[in-house]
Amino acid sequence: MTLKRLLLLPALAGTLLAPACTAPPKEAAQLPILGERDIRPRADGGPADTLATPVPAFALRDQAGQPVSNATFAGRAYLADFFFATCPGICPKLQSEMLSVFKLYPTDARLGFLSITIDPAHDSTAVLRDYAQRLGVPDANRWHFATLGDRAATFTLANRFLTGVMPDTQSPGGLAHNGTLALIDDRGYIRGAYDGMNAQEVARLKAELPLLLAEIDARKKGVAGR
Amino acid sequence: MPLRRLPGFLLLLVLLPGCFSNNRHQGEKLYAQHCANCHGDKGQGIGRLIPPLAGSDYLVDHRAELACLLRNGQNEVIVVNGIGYHNIMPGNKGLSPAQLTNLLNYIESHWGNEAAPRTISEVQAQMDKCH
Ligand code: HEC
Repeated sequence: MTLKRLLLLPALAGTLLAPACTAPPKEAAQLPILGERDIRPRADGGPADTLATPVPAFALRDQAGQPVSNATFAGRAYLADFFFATCPGICPKLQSEMLSVFKLYPTDARLGFLSITIDPAHDSTAVLRDYAQRLGVPDANRWHFATLGDRAATFTLANRFLTGVMPDTQSPGGLAHNGTLALIDDRGYIRGAYDGMNAQEVARLKAELPLLLAEIDARKKGVAGR
Repeated sequence: MPLRRLPGFLLLLVLLPGCFSNNRHQGEKLYAQHCANCHGDKGQGIGRLIPPLAGSDYLVDHRAELACLLRNGQNEVIVVNGIGYHNIMPGNKGLSPAQLTNLLNYIESHWGNEAAPRTISEVQAQMDKCH
């Protein structure tokens, strides 16, 4: 099983499994901050602090030929995943689950959508545009289907969004990857990672999304927040 | 496939060529395992990316070709209910004629589809003619 093999990547496994260990959030609870942590030694020699790091800077191009970067989502939450247009394995299911979330927020500017191709050599702007339209997403500004251009750099970026991906001749389409839907907040922190292949996980995403949107609304009004 | 674990007489029934294959349970399982990710839990398909099986005119119009389509896959342009699709349908070389029969009987008797059940020998004969 490819998923099992991916989970062997210990760092990734840690981050993917971590959310499963925390109790489900209560009303008005805040979502955790996931993802890579920076270790900051303490000046007094005590135990080092670990600080969450936001997702790295990225510069993509979407199905409309427009640039997409972290700034595209400034001040907004967004849901991100990795796919490729000709993927015969998990992508159709993954994308249809993401579509089911999209349909809950079709015009809500507080939440953006981003799908990044892991097959940039094949998935040109034209291919991405056709894919988006066939999926039923006419507006590139609501849901960006985007490419980084470089495959190795895409894999590195995927890992930072908690998606494991590697070339694998045994896998359908030649790429093994898992179907993480990553929820990013207005400051670039990963606040949720959900297995898009698992209906319960997608339900959890739908339940947790309003918590993050409320937190961002509150932050905008200058009320509390982390 | 846990065929080995079935008692001998059941195995005989399943393999007996020519008899109706009523093993719907197997068809449903195979569907969930090999098809539902793309065609959906209810055969609904995905937008204009993946064609539906529910109410698909293609199932009716191309009945005799479906065994080969499932076996070999395809990625030519295909028109289902008046909509053109062009994507990859993977082949299923590992499925036996009995399994393909159960699978076809499952999709052809669900979600509003109402085709006559197929026999294994019928499916086998169609598969002998696949390229
Ligand atoms: C990776 C996604 C994928 C999987 C898995 C898949 N299909 Fe398909 N299927 C497609 C696509 C895409 C087409 C259309 C092919 C084209 O565009 O040329 C198709 C076409 C078909 C058609 C003919 C058109 C129609 O909708 O009536 C049938 C029948 C069919 N598939 C049945 C199955 C069955 C049964 C399985 C499981 C054994 C299966 N498919 C698995 C993607 C898939």
